[in-house]
Amino acid sequence: MSLWIWLLTACVLAYAWKLVGYFVPARFLEEPRTSRVAGTMTIGLLASLAVVNAVVSGQALAADARLGALAAAAIALVVRAPFLVVVIAGAGTAALLRMMGWG
Amino acid sequence: MKLLASPAVRVGISISIATGLYGVSFGALAVTSGLNFWQTMALSLLLFSGGSQFAFIGVVAGGGSGIAAMSAATLLGMRNGIYGMQLNALLRPTGWRKYVGAQLTIDESTATSTGQADPAEQRRGFWAAGVGVYVLWNLFTAVGALAGSGLGDPKQWGLDGAAVAAFLALLWPRLKGREPMAIAVACAVATVIAVPFVPPGVPILVAAVVAALVGWFSHGRRDEGLEPDVEPYGGHHAGRHQDTGSMPPCAERAEGADPGAGA
Repeated sequence: MSLWIWLLTACVLAYAWKLVGYFVPARFLEEPRTSRVAGTMTIGLLASLAVVNAVVSGQALAADARLGALAAAAIALVVRAPFLVVVIAGAGTAALLRMMGWG
Repeated sequence: MKLLASPAVRVGISISIATGLYGVSFGALAVTSGLNFWQTMALSLLLFSGGSQFAFIGVVAGGGSGIAAMSAATLLGMRNGIYGMQLNALLRPTGWRKYVGAQLTIDESTATSTGQADPAEQRRGFWAAGVGVYVLWNLFTAVGALAGSGLGDPKQWGLDGAAVAAFLALLWPRLKGREPMAIAVACAVATVIAVPFVPPGVPILVAAVVAALVGWFSHGRRDEGLEPDVEPYGGHHAGRHQDTGSMPPCAERAEGADPGAGA
């Protein structure tokens, strides 16, 4: 029962985080510096998410099949493959490498 | 048909499928870590933020307390607030859209939306990815929770590799020029350095802070270079204008004084 309480608290707080961003005053967002920060932050968050998903395992760094997925996706992007092809290349490479016994 | 012609909707659908399928792994892992079916579904339906959900069950599976699981999930969810701020500036939702959009504010919907240049496409991308991921993520969470560990490890299907590829693909079009590239590299390095020292999820926030600082300070420098009459030089200009402005009256006065002196 107590797990339910913490679980639902986590759900409420998660929604609170999401919603709070939508209520930041508009004049704050109209500043050119804010929009610039929003731009650099998007790049930073995406780069970080890619790295976290590629080499982070819990609180440690790990070199496994996901690194292969990252490389395959980069190659697909260099040859201008469409988004879905890039994603499939990543998944396929990771699956293949694991089948071959790596990571 | 018209919707499918939109590049943002196509990206949104692709990412929905890739992410949605990964819900199987969440569902399966959640029940094996000790949650029951409805607790698992509550996380996907109500919390709805992949990283936070995995953090929650990760702590529970490791024997952690409910409050520790909640704290980890909440810490990880902080970035959704930053996303909300960005999306609010970009899409300007009103009324109910704000409240529904908030629940759909996650990595994938934000990335799909901010990856578009055209405002209409940004809007379509957000809703396509948000609704798409929500529906498929919950559907596949249920499949995973019911099938339990019978499906085997979803990693064997390379689904974690799909996530890596998706984030790189969303980042890629933004890496035009030296500055975005430098920001991406700096944030990637900051993430890797932070990983061993802070709880899971926090490295992403560290990267966000690095990116924000770069944005904040490089803005000042750029202004100085491109527009000499903003603050830093503005003071000098004003000074000079005052000097030259006060000169002629002085000269006039001097000239005016001269005849007087001559007379």
